[in-house]
Amino acid sequence: MAVTPPAQRIWWNEPIERVELTWVIIAFLWGLFMFGFMIAWHFIGGQNLSREAYRIAPSKYEAKVEEFAKKHTVREEKGVPVVKPPAGSDIYILGRLWQWWPILELEKGQSYRVHISSIDWQHGFSLQPTNINIQVHPGYEHVITLTPTEAGEFGIVCNEFCGIGHHTMTGKIYVTEPKRAESGQRLADGR
Amino acid sequence: MTNETETEQTPEHVPMMQQILDNPFLLLFLGVTIPTVLYILWGVMEVASIPLAD
Amino acid sequence: MTAETVVGVGRRAAAADFRTCPYTGLKVDAAAQTLIKANAVAAVVFLLIGGLMGLLVALTRWPAVHLLPADWFYLVLTGHGANVLLFWIIFFEIAVLYFASAVLLNCRLPAPKFAWLGFALMVVGAIITNVVVLQGESSVMFTSYPPMMAKPNFYLGLILFAVGALIGCAIFFATLAIAKQERTYEGSIPLVTFGALTAAIIAVFTIASGAIILIPTWLWSLGLIGEIDPLMYKVVWWAMGHSSQQINVSAHVSIWYMVGALLLGAKPLSEKVSRTAFFLYILFLQLASAHHLLAEPGLTASWKIVNTSYMMYLAVLGSMIHGLTVPGSIEAAQRKNGYDKGVFEWLRKAPWGNPAFAGMFLSLVMFGFIGGISGVVLGTEQLNVLMHNTIYVPGHFHGTVVTGTTLAFMAGTYLVLPLIFQREIVWPKLAKIQPYLFGIGAAGISLFMMGAGTLGVARRHWDITFSDAELSFAHSAGAFLMMGLNGVFAILAALGGAIYVLVVVGTVLFGKKITAGHKLTFPLHAGGGAAVSQYGSHATTKLPGTIVLVAIFFVCFVLYYFINWKYLSELWLFR
Repeated sequence: MAVTPPAQRIWWNEPIERVELTWVIIAFLWGLFMFGFMIAWHFIGGQNLSREAYRIAPSKYEAKVEEFAKKHTVREEKGVPVVKPPAGSDIYILGRLWQWWPILELEKGQSYRVHISSIDWQHGFSLQPTNINIQVHPGYEHVITLTPTEAGEFGIVCNEFCGIGHHTMTGKIYVTEPKRAESGQRLADGR
Repeated sequence: MTNETETEQTPEHVPMMQQILDNPFLLLFLGVTIPTVLYILWGVMEVASIPLAD
Repeated sequence: MTAETVVGVGRRAAAADFRTCPYTGLKVDAAAQTLIKANAVAAVVFLLIGGLMGLLVALTRWPAVHLLPADWFYLVLTGHGANVLLFWIIFFEIAVLYFASAVLLNCRLPAPKFAWLGFALMVVGAIITNVVVLQGESSVMFTSYPPMMAKPNFYLGLILFAVGALIGCAIFFATLAIAKQERTYEGSIPLVTFGALTAAIIAVFTIASGAIILIPTWLWSLGLIGEIDPLMYKVVWWAMGHSSQQINVSAHVSIWYMVGALLLGAKPLSEKVSRTAFFLYILFLQLASAHHLLAEPGLTASWKIVNTSYMMYLAVLGSMIHGLTVPGSIEAAQRKNGYDKGVFEWLRKAPWGNPAFAGMFLSLVMFGFIGGISGVVLGTEQLNVLMHNTIYVPGHFHGTVVTGTTLAFMAGTYLVLPLIFQREIVWPKLAKIQPYLFGIGAAGISLFMMGAGTLGVARRHWDITFSDAELSFAHSAGAFLMMGLNGVFAILAALGGAIYVLVVVGTVLFGKKITAGHKLTFPLHAGGGAAVSQYGSHATTKLPGTIVLVAIFFVCFVLYYFINWKYLSELWLFR
């Protein structure tokens, strides 16, 4: 029994049942496949988290974000600037107690180099309802090349506990239809 | 010390793998060393090698 | 070298006080027996505290109820994590270690005074942490990520608890050494003891990692260290945080084997295969700590892939092996017990009315289907981004730690009560339904939290309506429904948990003393400790029922795995 020493002194040489052996082989191959698939997704997949990151003093990061916001602010919403950066540029998001700052307006199908960091505690960048979730650390600037594939209004929720106001920490990203299609649409309307 | 008593006790040849699995302290060594190297040391080195922002 | 020098202040074998168990024929050391009782009782006390806190958490996250105010919610959630994830589980595991070493090896427990010192440290540590959490200002969650800081005593309590647990592990290893030296058993240690050894090895790594990170963090909270790097902390902390749950896996798999053996006379199909599966745990299971760092900045894909996959999924291979050999050994034993008709007579005629068996089998099935599959998916490098820090994560680990470990430990308790406490279980009718109530409740919690997480609901979050937020966001109606159902099933699980505590406390205090020859309410297998034949599958090499179960499991696993890749491929592009 499993609660007594093995009946045979030398149990290593006992034969293995066919059913056990078959299952071991199947499970091993499945494991190898899953292992290979993670590697393969780096080549065939469009969703791989970037490794690019830098150490940065929180105050220095805050200054970078403020400069970026000042440059591209197009309007304000509830006191938060809405920033519309040029397609393909570097954009900055700041997590702090308790908001994601600023609001971004991006264009569908364009790639942006998104920088994310926190200036106080850890936060969880959670883009909803798309459900992209990335951990945000103070002192580390994470750079991700992001391409929105759908237009609309998206919420950013914080999903790392960050104190008593954690559940009030939200942000927003607007994704607009591509300009070319928009202008094409306007032309069509004009006719 | 343990190996001596074992050979005294069992004249038959105990396969290598069974000897390994019967040795709790060897298993303890492996079970602590492997994750320490692969997970902690490698991980800490990666974090330490993150460059400074310009 | 004598045993005395190995353990320092040991007792001579003759000085130990043994009794012989009338049901298993095992020699039970009185000192070990008292320590097992003490640890089991402490475990149940902390389960009661932590479980109650868990119910309050679930009722607050039920949007229609929303019980606690925010500050209390975060406080109680911190306490819930520490009490059930650490204190309940580790106290019970120490009891399992003493049982699997001293009792199963017919050996005395060396240095029981040290064991009591360890126990005292664990109790004091657990109380200190609980007090400081309840005082407020330490609502930092179980993970206590810096730069968020708790009061120094929060870390101090955990450190003391860990030191105590480490002493427990040392006693376990010393018992193995002494049993070998005093030849209290023949040949190799039993499989269940080998599983406990696996748990103890992982525990040593876990506790050492905890010390490496919690001691500096404690000094930091005292103002003696300037800064703790949050990313560095996270890497090392999870070597403790996740590995502590791998101790559970090894311990509860051992309990599966033990319950099968004691209730049905089950023998491992093959010692070689089952032990190799545990060996894979020893080598690779702890690497899965990386599951918590897949959404982090700055770590390479190589480190993530090697670690998150437990080195090419070799530890998952170990679990899948147990997933076949545990039910396989039960099927083989049952067929030998005379239930040999058709594919599933062995399962239908299993002792479902015995809470030890019901709890064990539900634990086995739900750990595999709910906790196991979701764990592999969650721990896949790229798929993690779909669920990181959503309530899917607690959904997953309630599938492992609650439906898996806690339910298995509850099942084990129904054996510990008659065999170690030597008390007849009171209120057997309540005890009979307990595993079902708790199991169904816990399974519901896991599944609905996973469902809500798939819809984006965050974990550790007081208000998913975001009513106080400047920029509003609305979750889908489905998410609210899932969180409501989670609350309903939490009540079921809490009911099951309450019955468990009631039965245990009632039995310990008022249960009829068992005298030799007494017929147990929930009888053990008639064979007792004697081997019926050499190997489990002897003369019954065909295990069609187990093959069907395993095939269903595999199909679910593969389908769910690919469904998640499909979800992932529909996300925005990022690299």
